[in-house]
Amino acid sequence: MVPLNFCTFEADRSSTDTAFGVLLIGLGMVIGIAIGTIVHRIVSSGQGLGSLTSEQHSAGTFKGTFIPFALLAPTLIILALFLYLPAVDNLRLSTLLARLGTDRTAFVCVDNFTKLLEPRQNYGQTLYATFLIAFFTVVLGLVLSLLIAYVAYQPVRGASIYRTLLIWPYAISPPVAGIIFSLVFNPSSGIMNHLIRTAGGTPVEWLQNASIAPWTIIVASVWKSMGFNILFYIAGLQNVPMDLVEAAAIDGANFVQRFRRVIIPMLSPITFFLIITNITYAFFDTYGTIDFLTSGGPAGATSTMIYRIVDNGLRKFDLGTAAAQSLVLFSIVILITLIQFRTSGRRVTYGK
Amino acid sequence: MAELTRHISTSQGREQTTALTGPPAWKRFVPERWYAHLILWIACLVMGFPLLYAALVSTQNNAQVANFVLAPGTSFTDNLEWVMVNRNLGKYMVDSLTLSVVITVGKTILSLLSGLAFVYFRFPGKWLVFGFVLLTLMMPTEILVIGLFRYVSGTLGWGGTFQAVAVPFLASATGTFLFRQHFSNIPAELSEAAQMDGANPLQFLWRVLVPMSWNTIGALAVIQFVYSWNMYLWPQLIMTRGDFQVVQVGLRALLGGDQATEYGPLMLGAVIASIPPVIVFIILQKQFMSGFQITTDK
Repeated sequence: MVPLNFCTFEADRSSTDTAFGVLLIGLGMVIGIAIGTIVHRIVSSGQGLGSLTSEQHSAGTFKGTFIPFALLAPTLIILALFLYLPAVDNLRLSTLLARLGTDRTAFVCVDNFTKLLEPRQNYGQTLYATFLIAFFTVVLGLVLSLLIAYVAYQPVRGASIYRTLLIWPYAISPPVAGIIFSLVFNPSSGIMNHLIRTAGGTPVEWLQNASIAPWTIIVASVWKSMGFNILFYIAGLQNVPMDLVEAAAIDGANFVQRFRRVIIPMLSPITFFLIITNITYAFFDTYGTIDFLTSGGPAGATSTMIYRIVDNGLRKFDLGTAAAQSLVLFSIVILITLIQFRTSGRRVTYGK
Repeated sequence: MAELTRHISTSQGREQTTALTGPPAWKRFVPERWYAHLILWIACLVMGFPLLYAALVSTQNNAQVANFVLAPGTSFTDNLEWVMVNRNLGKYMVDSLTLSVVITVGKTILSLLSGLAFVYFRFPGKWLVFGFVLLTLMMPTEILVIGLFRYVSGTLGWGGTFQAVAVPFLASATGTFLFRQHFSNIPAELSEAAQMDGANPLQFLWRVLVPMSWNTIGALAVIQFVYSWNMYLWPQLIMTRGDFQVVQVGLRALLGGDQATEYGPLMLGAVIASIPPVIVFIILQKQFMSGFQITTDK
């Protein structure tokens, strides 16, 4: 908080600003600890991307201290220039009044953040839309995928054909998902309302009704994410030792019990990995789907945090506000990841 | 009668062979087969329906779309010409392909090199460098889009150029970790032997590690190809001028804007834009699975 020069505690600041300063310091600490914990957990336990600390070759290393840096140089330079530098710039911008297209900026302390609390900014709705869409995209996507993967994993004839027919949506882009579902859910010429009309019901305003539009986004997002989830659940099921299932069956566990007590716990490492990747997907990649399906509307009902960052920053040219929102989003994603690591990370069951 | 006996005996024989080799354990825990088939059929249909419907509509004109004809229409060639020539989708497809190949190949090479450095070298500050790469996993480009836009468009002046969509995505923490993990499981004797034969690190990488890593390379290639082909947010922001354009953003021009959207061409565009990544994914599906086994199987 030194970069802010303790500006939130200046005498002429409002109490909101001061409270915000305290909050910001607390949040900064929590995020610092969170990042440290996550890094430590990944490094020491090998979750998510797999064991990162597997035995190093003590023998068989090549000589030379310059060569490894030369090998790493392209990666490190690109990461530094195109990830770290923009991240630092983002941090700096969030305290500035800055507009796209002009170089002049003014320091505004935490005004970009406190502005989000103003009722006319309607940031609460943005948060609500983001969490609604993200939560149901992740939960529905994972539950449906696990059920389908469990059936697709059974050795039925043509299992590999079924699998291919189930996982291809992975390769479909979020914008294309938006386009396809804009046809399915079009109020007048969409097949959904056509079916409803044929059945004698009243057509639904899938994209124009503010309380229904987020669900349309969820349906499209879940559909697009299921290929990836099914793929990894099938891979996970192949690693479940069948003697465990067998033992449970001998002990008299029925199908549902075996599924709940054996299969689901054995799949927890995969579920853990999928929750993390699906959260990233639901928060960020749904941008393309939303942009084609509803453009954030109606009345901001599907305007998620990432959609709003782009809208405020690069369409309305208000870089400072957008940068502040980026930091809020970043904090939320980091905190969710941390909670995820703390709660389910502990319960992860490893079979071997 | 004789035939029946033969039938029984062969089936008994078969039974015995399975008993000898041991029936796969899962066979005894399968729910009813027809039940599984039914569920899978429904699942495949529900998953496939939106795309099938889009494919049908892509051959229709507006009147046919409005009438919900569930059969191929008559406007396929018209739609195709409109999309590919008038709306430039053909060129966008070529551009997207160039970009995806460059990113996929570049990322694979840089990840191989950094994986090599992390596994086969000891150097000061290794964990610091490792942490530096690891932290980027938590920094999605989407969050940094404001800062990245200012840097690439303002400082570098790359707006609308090929390098603006290619260069920022050439380095990959995921790829680095995937190869680091894979190389760590390769016996150390191989690099010792290579060193005794006087091979330098790059020769070792090319002659020994790469041939042993095709599954991992395939897995990474699939992820990166699909990822770069499907990029939308960043190209939409940075490629507002210039000739180069990716197909995902190009599709935007098929939306009607003020007048009503022509669904036939729009769906055709969506279907065409999905063909390359789906093909790459289905062809490399096996490599994808086995390449990932390494990271999920632990």
